[in-house]
Formats: sequence, C-alpha cells, structure tokens
Amino acid sequence: MNDDKKQELITVYVDDREVRVPPGTNMIEAAAKAGIEVPHYCYHPKLSVAGNCRMCMVELGMPEKDRATGKPVLDNEGNQKVMWIPKPAIACATKAMPGIRIKTKSDLARSCQEGVMEFLLVNHPLDCPICDQAGECRLQEFATDYGRGYSRFVEEKNVKPKRTLLGPRVMLDDERCILCSRCVRFCQEIADDDVLGFVDRGSYTTLTCYPGKQLENNYSLNTVDICPVGALTSTDFRFKMRPWFLRETHSICTESSVGVNTVVSSREGKIHRITPRRNDEVNDTWMADSGRELYKQVEAKHRLLKAVVDSFETDNVGGAIREAADLLKGERKIAFVGSGRSSVEEQFLFKKLADQAGARLTALVGRVAEGDGLLISADRNPNVRGALVTGLINELPEAELSDLEDAIDKEEIDTVVAYNEDLSAAGISEQQLAKVTIIYVGTHFNETSARARVVLPASTVFEKNGSFINQQYRLQKFLQAVPGRAEGQDDRRILAGMLAEFGVLVSPEIDDVWAEMSETIETFRDIGFMKIPSTGLLLDPPSHLRDLRYPEGGSLHYEPAKEEASVT
Amino acid sequence: MEDVMNLKKETLQKIDEVIPRYPEKRSAVLPLLHLVQEDQGFVSRDATEWIAEKLGLKPINVWELVRFYPMLRDKPVGKKVVRVCRTLSCALQGSYKTCKTLRDAFDCKLDGNSPDGAVTVEFAECLASCHTAPVVMVDDDLHEHVDEEKAKKIAGEILNGQPKQGGSA
Amino acid sequence: MSAKERRIILKNIDQHGYGNDIDTYLEHGGYEIWKKALQRKPEELREEVKRSGVRGRGGAGFPAGMKWSFLDFKSGKPVYLVCNADESEPGTFKDRQIIYKDPHQLIEGMLISAYAITAKLAFIYIRGEFPDGARILERAIEEARSKNFLGKDILGTGFSCEIHVHRGAGAYICGEETGLIESLEGKRPYPRIKPPYFPAALGLYMCPTIVNNVETLCNVKHIAEMGGEEYAKIGRPGNTGTRIWCVSGHVRKPGYYEFEGGALTLGELIYDICGGLHPGRKLKAVIPGGSSMKILRADERFKGTDREGNNFDFALEDLILDFDGIAVSGSLSGSGGIIVMDDTTDMVDALANVSAFYAHESCGQCTPCREGSLWLKKILHRMSHGQARLEDVDLLKSVADQIPGRTICALGEAAAWPVQSYVAKFRDEFIAKAENQAAGRTNGDGGISDRVQLV
Ligand SMILES: Cc1cc2nc3c(=O)[nH]c(=O)nc-3n(C[C@H](O)[C@H](O)[C@H](O)COP(=O)(O)O)c2cc1C
Ligand code: SF4
Ligand code: SF4
Ligand code: SF4
Ligand code: FES
Ligand code: FES
Repeated sequence: MNDDKKQELITVYVDDREVRVPPGTNMIEAAAKAGIEVPHYCYHPKLSVAGNCRMCMVELGMPEKDRATGKPVLDNEGNQKVMWIPKPAIACATKAMPGIRIKTKSDLARSCQEGVMEFLLVNHPLDCPICDQAGECRLQEFATDYGRGYSRFVEEKNVKPKRTLLGPRVMLDDERCILCSRCVRFCQEIADDDVLGFVDRGSYTTLTCYPGKQLENNYSLNTVDICPVGALTSTDFRFKMRPWFLRETHSICTESSVGVNTVVSSREGKIHRITPRRNDEVNDTWMADSGRELYKQVEAKHRLLKAVVDSFETDNVGGAIREAADLLKGERKIAFVGSGRSSVEEQFLFKKLADQAGARLTALVGRVAEGDGLLISADRNPNVRGALVTGLINELPEAELSDLEDAIDKEEIDTVVAYNEDLSAAGISEQQLAKVTIIYVGTHFNETSARARVVLPASTVFEKNGSFINQQYRLQKFLQAVPGRAEGQDDRRILAGMLAEFGVLVSPEIDDVWAEMSETIETFRDIGFMKIPSTGLLLDPPSHLRDLRYPEGGSLHYEPAKEEASVT
Repeated sequence: MEDVMNLKKETLQKIDEVIPRYPEKRSAVLPLLHLVQEDQGFVSRDATEWIAEKLGLKPINVWELVRFYPMLRDKPVGKKVVRVCRTLSCALQGSYKTCKTLRDAFDCKLDGNSPDGAVTVEFAECLASCHTAPVVMVDDDLHEHVDEEKAKKIAGEILNGQPKQGGSA
Repeated sequence: MSAKERRIILKNIDQHGYGNDIDTYLEHGGYEIWKKALQRKPEELREEVKRSGVRGRGGAGFPAGMKWSFLDFKSGKPVYLVCNADESEPGTFKDRQIIYKDPHQLIEGMLISAYAITAKLAFIYIRGEFPDGARILERAIEEARSKNFLGKDILGTGFSCEIHVHRGAGAYICGEETGLIESLEGKRPYPRIKPPYFPAALGLYMCPTIVNNVETLCNVKHIAEMGGEEYAKIGRPGNTGTRIWCVSGHVRKPGYYEFEGGALTLGELIYDICGGLHPGRKLKAVIPGGSSMKILRADERFKGTDREGNNFDFALEDLILDFDGIAVSGSLSGSGGIIVMDDTTDMVDALANVSAFYAHESCGQCTPCREGSLWLKKILHRMSHGQARLEDVDLLKSVADQIPGRTICALGEAAAWPVQSYVAKFRDEFIAKAENQAAGRTNGDGGISDRVQLV
C-alpha cells in the first residue's frame, strides 16, 4: 500500500482482471501487465502513437459519475456503475484513469479484430512459406488467432513494388507492407533521418524512399526489427536462417560505452545475427547497424586460434602459459597494457597478475571518437569504467601510450604484456617494440602479436561470460553465445593459469571471481554475477571516479554530469 | 538553385510573399507547390528538392504531398487540362458520355494526353456545382451543363486554340 | 412558390447588379456589424452564438457556440480560426455561391468570429478546384485590408487580425477538420486521432483551433446583428436559423434554396420548389445530405415518437427539412446536399459510383476505411460490369458493417453508410442484377450500354 502511494498507482481493469499502474499508462501496457495481450501493429512503446492499424480496438468502460455532483453512481451492491461506450476504442490511444475498464475479448472486440485482420489480408500476398518473416510475423500469428480463416475476397489484389532496395542493408516488399508507419516514425523520431514516406493514397498508398535517396543511416536495421510483418528485411539475414531454429543469448554490444543490450542469435555454434534487446534505461529497443556486424570478428580471417611461442604454433596452451610466466619472472622491468574491451572479471585478474609480476607501469588504451548522440558514445571502449573500478587504472586512458614510450626509451621497461591491444596502434614505434619482450593475449593477429615472444589466444565477447560497466556506471552482463573457437582456454583461464605460475591459486569460475571482487572492491560489495539483473545494475562508484572528466557527450539515456560553473 | 529552376520573377516574388504568412514555414509547402506548378506546368524532381530546401524540409516531405494530391503533377501534362466531373449528380446527367466525347475529340485515353501532348482529359470528383451537371473544368474555368453537344463545342474551341472563358459558378 | 424561401445568407446573391466587390458590399451595409461587434466584448459575442443555437453547416451539425466553449484559453497559446471552404461532399455547392458571389459576407463573419474567439490569425482552406474562388477571396481580403477592416489595429480598436487563403489540391479528406489542419501544416492530410487531438485544445500547430464551415461563419455575422435570442426565433428549436439546401439530380429545377429550419417538407422542396421530376418519371430515391448519408427510398415510411411524445408516420415527402426533421428517417441532413433519383436510376450503378468516390478519397491511413472502401468499390464495379454474384449482396453488407465506428475519421462512415442503406433498401435490385447476369441476360459492354453510365 505504501509502495503504491509512492508511485501513485491506480487501479484499472482488463477483462475484469484488476491491475495497478501509474496514471496515464497506455492501456496496451496495462493489459500486458495484467498478462493479457491486446493485439496491435502500429503501436510501439518507443514511438509516438499513430492509431492507424485499428487492431487494438477494445470495449471501453468508464466509471459512472453523477454529472451534477461528480459523485460515483453506485449499483445495488454498492459498486460504482460502469458506462460502456458503444463505439470501440483503440487501446493504444487510451490512457489509464482510475477505474476504467477494457474488454479485449468481448463480441465487439472480437468482431473488430476479425474485421481488421480480414482487411489487412485482402491485399496481402500471404505467401508465408517463401517469406523470411514467417515465424516472427505478427500478421501470420494474428491471422490464426484472430482471423476468419478463409477468404471472401475474389477481386484482384493491388500490385505494388516488390524487392526494392531501400538502402544498403534494408529491402522492402511493398505488397507485404501494412502501412503501420512504424518505420517512418522511427526515421523521423529516433534516427532523425527523414527519408521514408508514403506516396499515393487509399489502399494504393505505398511506402518509399525519396527517389535517389537511401535509407542508409547507421540505425536503418531497426526498421527491420520493428516492422511487424515481412515488408522490411535485412539484406544480410535474408533467407539465411528460419528464426525458429535460432538460439538466443543475451549480450552487450562492445561498440562503445553505451553498452547497448543485445540478443545474439546462433545455431550450431554459428552466429547469424545480433538484434537489440529492450532496456528502457539504456538503449530502449534500438541499436546501431554497425554493432550488428561485430559478430563477424568471431570468424575473421586473422583470428588467433592457437598459442604461439617464439613464432611456432603450439597446441600446448599450458606450456605457452608457463613460457609467458617465466618471461615475467626474475629481474624484469614489466609494463601491463590492459584493455577497455576486456570484461570486469578479466581486468580484475589482469590487475592481480600485474601486481604479482611487480609491474612498474599499467596502462589502458583509450579509444575516443565522435559520439553520434544516440547509441554510440565518444568512448569506444565498452568497459573503461571496469578498469577504473577494479583499480587497473586510476585515470582516464589516453589513445597514445606516451608513458610507455618514454619508459621504453629510457630503458625503464623491457617487457610488455599486451592484453588484446595492438601496441603499434597505440603509438609505440617499431624501434621501441624491437627493444622489448612482448607477451600478447588476444583474439586477433596484429603487429603486436607478430612481434610477441608468446601469444595466447583469447575469446571474443560472444564466446564467454562476463560483464562491462557502461557510461552510466551500470554493470551489465553478457553470456556465452557460441563455443570458443580459440584452442583450449578462455581469458579467465589464461589469467588464472599465469597467476598459478606465480603461486597464486584463483578459480577462473566467474562466480568465484565475483566472490573475491565483492569482498575486495567496495563498489562491488554484495554483488555476484548471478545477481546482475538482465537490464543491469547501477553502481555507486567512489566520488573520485565520478568526478573524472569522461569523454562522453549526451546520448539516448545519458547526460554527462554538468561541469561546475567556472569561477570568473 | 533559383537559376536551375528558372522560375519567373513574379513566381519568386509570390513565393517570398507567401512563406512569412504562416507561423510555421512548413505550412507554405502547398502554396509553393501550386505556384511552381502554375509556373512550370508540373512539379519536377528538381522543384520538389528546391521547395524542400526553401522550407527546411526533406525532399520526401514534399514528395509525399505531390503524390497525394491529384491536382499536383509530377510529370508534364497537356497545355490544356480538361477535367470532367464523374461523381453521382454529374454522372446521373451523363458525364460519362461527356467525358467520352471529349476523349474522342482529342483522341486521348482516360487520364492520358492527346497524341500531340497538347490536351489532357481526366475525370475529377464532385466539383461542387452539381446543380449545373454535368460540369467540366478546362484549366481554371468551369463549364456547366456540358452535354454531348456542348462538349463538342468546347473541344472545337480548344482545338482551334481559342479558349473560351467559362462562366464561373 | 419561392416565397417560402427566407434568404438571409443568400440575401444578395444572384440579385441583379450585386457584385462581389467591396463597394457593392458597403452599399448594402457591409462591415457595419463588424464595426459594432468590435465595440463588444469577445465573451459576449461567444454568448450570443451559444444562445443562437446555430448548428454547424459543414456536416455534423454540432452547435457552434458549444464548440467554441471548448476552446482551451487557459493554455496561453494563440488561438486560430479556420474556415472550412473545402466543400467536397458530393451534392453540395452552397459554399461556392457565397465565396464566388458574396465573399465579403464570409470575411465579415470570419472577422467577428475571430474576434469572438480571440484569434489573430485565420485561414480559409479552400478546395483546389475553386481557383477563381481563391482569387476572389484574396482580392476581397485586400479590399477589406485597404479599409482597415482587417490587418493591424483594426479601425483603431487595437485588435489585429489577418486572414489568409490556403488552397487545397483535390482531396476530399481535407474537408475533415483534422485532416484539414494537417494539410494546412504542410503534411499529408491524415486525420488525427481523437482523443487526444481535439482541435479546440490541440489543433493547428497544437494550439486551440476552431474549424467552421463557410455557411456557419456567415451565420455568425447575422447572429451578431440580430442577437442570439432573436436568431433563435428563426426556425425550430434545435434547428435555428436558415439552411441552404443544395438540390441536384433528377429534378427539373436543381439549385440552392434557403429556408428557415422546419419551414417545409422534403416533398415541398422537390415538387414545389424544384419543379418536381421530369415528365413521365417517378421518384425512386433521395439522398438527404450529401452522398455519404443513408439513402431514402421513395415509398419508405418513417415511424416514431417525437420529442413532445407525438407519434408520427411519415412518407418521404413528409420529412421536415431541418437537422432533426431528416434525422427521424434514420439518415442525416449532413451538408445539405439533396440528390434526387428517378426511376431510370440503376441503384447498383449509382452505389458503384458513390463507392468509387470514397475509395478514391480514403486517405489510406487506417485499415478498415483504406481496405474496406476499395474492396466495396471493387465488388460494386464488378457487379455493374456484368459479373454480379448472388452472394455479393450479403458480402457488401458484411464488409460495410466492419467499417463504421472503427476508423480514425468519419470517412469510414461515409464509405459504409451508402452501401449499408442501398443494399438494405434496394436489395431486390442487387439480387436481380446477380440473377439476370447469371442467366446471361446482360447487355453487352458490361451491361451498361443502354442506361446512363454511372460507373
Ligand atoms: C470526410 C469528411 C469530409 C468533410 N468535408 C467537409 C467539407 O468539405 N466542408 C465542411 O465544412 N465540413 C466538412 N466536414 C466536416 C468537418 O470535419 C467539420 O465538422 C466542419 O468543418 C465543422 O464546421 P461546422 O461545425 O461549422 O459544421 C467533413 C467531414 C468529414 C468526415
Ligand atoms: S509478411 Fe507475414 S503474413 Fe505476410 S507473407 Fe510474410 S510471413 Fe506471411
Ligand atoms: S514497412 Fe513495415 S514498418 Fe514500415 S509501414 Fe510497412 S509494415 Fe509498417
Ligand atoms: S477513415 Fe479513411 S479517410 Fe479517415 S483516416 Fe481512416 S483511412 Fe483516412
Ligand atoms: S495499435 Fe494500431 S491502432 Fe492501436
Ligand atoms: S457531382 Fe459533379 S459537380 Fe457535384
């Protein structure tokens, strides 16, 4: 009760089921909360309400009030009378008010749903067997649930353009389009790239791009996600795989510190696509096209699959780990270069290893570029904040490792452990590289791996479990979608193996790593991997971390902290 | 850009007059489309983009309108546009026959141009002069009670290049 | 017989020597009422309009004073007035007469209305097919401006008001008030969902907006002149003032006629005023309010009990001409467009013609109207071109039943009502069509060569 008051919940009724929601809640959402689906096409929780498909029509009842006194009118049993409005209402444009009721299964509601279904199908090709939306198509689903099941339409169907390339990644079949305008609203309201629109009118209305223009913005594939039918399809995913064969794994996009929540769809160890996963605090239901391509790194040609010792590939990863550890023992002047793309757990273990090896210098490679203001932030590392919280670094990283350069030049460093970072890309020159012994742990070949004494193959984000801390200091977890391709071990095992060589026994199991982290790191107190909700956990970092001057500007659900007004 | 368009000076002047009438620039899109079409006979792709730029819109915003309103044309039409009302009151008085007579006279298909491209005959919906049915608009001029005979007369005048003023209203 | 007419709005129209210039208008007392109105408080004028009981003449017949009272003045946003001069409901041609022949009457009515609702900017949305009308109005506005009846600081009162003419481009849906508003905003004229977009609160540019028909706004001038109470004495209660009826179709004297509410019957209008039918023809059907309204069959009887509790049993000819008088028939007087059909009319073809209109004009935004209107058109086109099937009769009804009440705007009703009513009332003809065609008894050319082609 107290809780309700705080959030000011009100009671509404969906098919006589009572449900408490904040006032103004969309009745489609209120119904969903009551466990009842109101069928709908044009409504999308993150777009403006268009009310055009008319699929969500319901019967609407208002609690009766006396016109003069405004007092509730009661029936014999003392309950407030309900005035049922004879005309159906669209649930998507009906807002929750105290005591309102909707019926989603009454004769009138049923008749409306059947009518709309029939109308949507009269000019629809209905060739589901050859449509790559089949299995995920709201029209196909509802046709069985709400349709009349046979056709009374004997006239000729309208003919519209088929297989139009709207842009490099999106294909349109106008005959399948039900004109719900979701894609148009997305382009206007979210992507800020007004290229889609309707031409002609009535039943001949046709979705189109302005001639000569393309739907090519970096968010174009969201239109495919939200198209309720098979009108918009991805040129990449097209016809490759029936969706019902796919296994879905929750993941986090590594494109930037936004930490877009994703679903990775795979089958038999092969990833077929990445799509956004709804998180109302992070990415809503959207993600960038570029992030969807990242799975291709798993099977990239330059993928590191085997350990390498002194230029010889070896199947003996344990041996290679030992070799690596040996290089760190003795009178070595060591630098540890970690990665903002590594998980929190890996950063923690990496830091531990650095301490054990007596590293003189630890660094992270910064990656800052222009943000797009939406879902790609200026910080292109997904997990710089993880490195800060785990203490791997204490300041924001730079793109160029100038301290390391200096140290190498002054011969204060003779050994470098590079974790999934290419030192030459981070500004270390060829001559400098030639002066140091390199141990490289990473997923792909690069200049650094080519010069390393020992190379240890690691896993991509799709091949392991872990967590990142995004720009909001939200701890988010990703799960393993496909088996690791790299020989032998994943990152935590490699790091634990090296630590073991130093006589430090840690379990590489993620829960065990978390048990230690939650004990030793205040920010992580009481947190365990299993306890991280699927939409993440907002952390409360120490103030010296909060006050750093992070590079991110504003994006969808993030506003950078205001700088203190400077004294003039 | 204004050069590309080759608009008449008066047209440009009217365009500049009309835009500030509206609290929001976008409202001027229909007036601009009318002005450009009056000047050039149709709304070309260039014109669509020009208007969009003029009003701070995207070309699709203008294109959506060109392709919604039957009176706007994205392709050149005949110098004379003959629009025959096909709606009920006119049809009851024989407007289908009127239309056929006119089409035959100019040898053009429905909604099409005459072979020399000079005349376009098409159907229009109720022109709000149902009491003088059947009615026909030749460009801006309304012709009333256009039976077969009158249709032939109108066609003759157009063919002889002496457009007659229609009695308006 | 035209003696029965009471011309208030049409008073000067078609009078010999009455031009549409401002000098003529001034000679006839023009803008005097405007000058007087400017001396009164806006809320007083709104009260007069409320008291007058005048109902909107655009189609729905909603009381104008009540509509004005919904205006959200508290929002602090500018208020807009829009004159709906889209006149595109088939069978309607009254606004054209006013615009072409007495434009200053409309402008005066608009100025008074704008002042009453505190609008400083007003638009006349005129259909694209009235190019001369637009020019006439533009000129009239210039004339009025030159006399400072509109523009800045009107006649030194401090009140400023601009009126602009905005031309449509051939779309019936721009007559629907929220479609009109979208069109005026430069967008595709897709009607808005209500709730939440009621124009009186969230209209043009999301500001409080009043959209009224040409004839309604002209009436405001006369209400301001005679006072709401006096105006309310004209006509019958609930049907105050005069109405202009547009008669077309199979009568000898089609035209526009203005009468006090309830002053005559439909029969008197058709037979006395419009000269009856052509020789040898019999009345078959009447559409009483523009082609979207339900059709009435000549031999129908309309029974019921009126407000005073009296039973009535009317023939079509007995229907009283005003909003309520027509409503007892189950149809509506809509825009005042009366279309008369005699016994030569093929009802299947007539309906096919009407349905083609609504399919063509459906904006395509919402599913039932978009798909339903074209489906109906396709069935009817097929039926009138030699391929009617018996099952089409019920199919038409069933498809039409799935539209009204379920769409964004009332074009859904407009598409469905004719089909529902023609099929119900002329069912035999639809069946006969199918049976004759099934029996091969069709005329060549799809069965339309020997009758007036309607589709
Ligand atoms: C499809 C449709 C078309 C309409 N066309 C017109 C029209 O051409 N002229 C008009 O005045 N009202 C038209 N209306 C009615 C308007 O929506 C609105 O009710 C009217 O302009 C209000 O003015 P009034 O209250 O003065 O009648 C139309 C309504 C619909 C649903
Ligand atoms: S869009 Fe849906 S209903 Fe249409 S063909 Fe594809 S799967 Fe079937
Ligand atoms: S393409 Fe898909 S999302 Fe876009 S309007 Fe058509 S059905 Fe809706
Ligand atoms: S009812 Fe028809 S005209 Fe009105 S919004 Fe829907 S589709 Fe458009
Ligand atoms: S979901 Fe489309 S109208 Fe409500
Ligand atoms: S039907 Fe032709 S003008 Fe109205």
